[in-house]
Amino acid sequence: MTTVTIDKTAPTRKVKYGSMSRDRTWALRWSYFFLAIFAIFSLTPPIYMLITSLKSSAEISAATNPWWVFHPTLENYVGLLTSNQFLRFFWNSAIVSIFVVTITMLISVPAAFALARMRFWGSTVLATGVFLTYLIPETLLFIPLFKMFAVIGDWSGIQLINRWYVLLILYPTLTVPFCTWIMIGYFASIPKELDEAAIIDGASWFQTLTRIFIPVAFPGIIAATIFAFTVSWAQFLYPLVFTTSTDQLVMPVGIITTLIKGDVFNWGQIMTGALLGAAPPLIIYAFLMDYYIAGLTAGATKG
Amino acid sequence: MADVTLRKVVKRYDEVEAVRGIDLDIADHEFVVLVGPSGCGKSTTLRMIAGLENITDGDIMIGGDVVNDVPPKDRDIAMVFQNYALYPHMTVAENMSFGLRLKRYPKAEIKTRIDEAARMLDIVELVDRKPKQLSGGQRQRVAMGRAIVRNPKVFLFDEPLSNLDAKLRVQMRIEIKKVHQKVRTTTVYVTHDQVEAMTLADRVVVMNHGRIEQIGTPNELYHKPATKFVASFIGSPAMNFIPCRLEDLAGKLHIRLTDRVVFPLPPARAARYQGVPRTDKLVLGLRPEHITEAKPHSEPGVETFDTVLDVTEPMGMETLIYFTLEGAQVCGRVNPNAGARDGGPLRLAVDLNNMHLLNEVTGVVL
Repeated sequence: MTTVTIDKTAPTRKVKYGSMSRDRTWALRWSYFFLAIFAIFSLTPPIYMLITSLKSSAEISAATNPWWVFHPTLENYVGLLTSNQFLRFFWNSAIVSIFVVTITMLISVPAAFALARMRFWGSTVLATGVFLTYLIPETLLFIPLFKMFAVIGDWSGIQLINRWYVLLILYPTLTVPFCTWIMIGYFASIPKELDEAAIIDGASWFQTLTRIFIPVAFPGIIAATIFAFTVSWAQFLYPLVFTTSTDQLVMPVGIITTLIKGDVFNWGQIMTGALLGAAPPLIIYAFLMDYYIAGLTAGATKG
Repeated sequence: MADVTLRKVVKRYDEVEAVRGIDLDIADHEFVVLVGPSGCGKSTTLRMIAGLENITDGDIMIGGDVVNDVPPKDRDIAMVFQNYALYPHMTVAENMSFGLRLKRYPKAEIKTRIDEAARMLDIVELVDRKPKQLSGGQRQRVAMGRAIVRNPKVFLFDEPLSNLDAKLRVQMRIEIKKVHQKVRTTTVYVTHDQVEAMTLADRVVVMNHGRIEQIGTPNELYHKPATKFVASFIGSPAMNFIPCRLEDLAGKLHIRLTDRVVFPLPPARAARYQGVPRTDKLVLGLRPEHITEAKPHSEPGVETFDTVLDVTEPMGMETLIYFTLEGAQVCGRVNPNAGARDGGPLRLAVDLNNMHLLNEVTGVVL
């Protein structure tokens, strides 16, 4: 035990308060400094894209200030949004992403529930194994996968290569392991008594999952959904390798392959396409962020 | 409603035996409390009755049927957990009706039952709230409501009051007792708090190291403990244990505490301990209320001696005194006006009519 002596002559309290507030001020200054750097770093490219997308091709190639639009025009937007090809890419991307998110959630949520709660032989090893598969990069996988699909096509006659739906098989190899891992973490944070209470109330495993775990772990499911959507929306390598016909392409690959003709870069439309492509994830983030942050588990147990 | 029977129930985790062969008969309508220190196997026993843990060996019967391999939902039991385990995304009413809805009860029936339970627990105005909008005591009421609406054969409580503050705990204790008086469902209640056990139970089961030490009514356990463990576990402040010897002096049986302090035993006690070998290592067990200040008129079986107090603790209605006897710290309860003070001398009286004699080696009360 230490004894506390109060020296009445020294203005202890005042000095302490002052140093506290000085510490805080400095901490805030540094925070804002680095936040500002970070904001500039990450916002410069989209702003440059926005500026460029509002210029005509002539203005882009002219030697004027690249950070200012002198003759704003929407011709790039009109050009892309009236082009059937671009709308096709957008449509393909949307369909692929929605399917992939659905498939991923249908697989990873029950898988995570089983791995987190139904303690069966080898469940912990399996849980680690699921995470390890996520660590294998796609650059290592695409050649053997391509070969596999080619062989399957030869044997069964089912043509998978150069079809957009091949992506529905490929993307989950990236999204399922990670989403399962996220959901294992969320499910593990739910108190054990909650499923015991449900079991005693007469719920089956399936009912415990659908009526208790999914609603309680909703923030986690939102997080996993956002992740799966972002991955499948932005995926570039697999669609570049596995799809080639213009009607099968998704947006990231479509923009690159159709708007770059030889060494001619249609910069205005490339920037516009990239901006329009970035819109859906942004909108989804904006709407789901509140759910994501809201702590739904509050009040389940003591506290 | 049903009786619960445990026959030689064993629970083994790998190498550790958590429960080592328990026999217990719980009658219909009875309120039985399992009490013991942490790790004594009481919670495991309760969870085996619930069906949340498999039993390694033995039989558990509810209402005469062996339920060893019956899943929890088919045992017709309801459980209240220490941390309430309310479903956070459901309102109070939805929490309480979850089990009934799973069993597809008619809506009107569900509503009647919720209203009834909510009235009984005084949570009528809370039924549309979510658990996070409730206080700890209110959450515990909802958890009890969830058990009541099911109208099960058996209620199981797993340390339901441990998370509440002391004042609320006393209040909820009375609440639980009232509920049991109304619904009369067979109840098994686990706690580590001996006061809770004494106040709630029809019968208390004291457990230690995976075994039952003693089963009895609260008064039996307090006044006739079977072992040193029960004697020390039940009662607060705890029973005093003082090393002692039996001696025959002038044809009468005496108990010697120190070289100076030796008391003749009252006739009833002398007859009872006559057959105890004089060479055994013995311990005198005396509850603090049987060590008081000496009164002017001595009563039979009450002996007096002088001592010097170490510490006194004034409690208001009484003063707890502590002194040392043969290396053992001894606690007594004296009148606040008896003149007890820290380090001061006091003439004390011990009531040997209420003494216990224990074998120090076996821990058995003789």
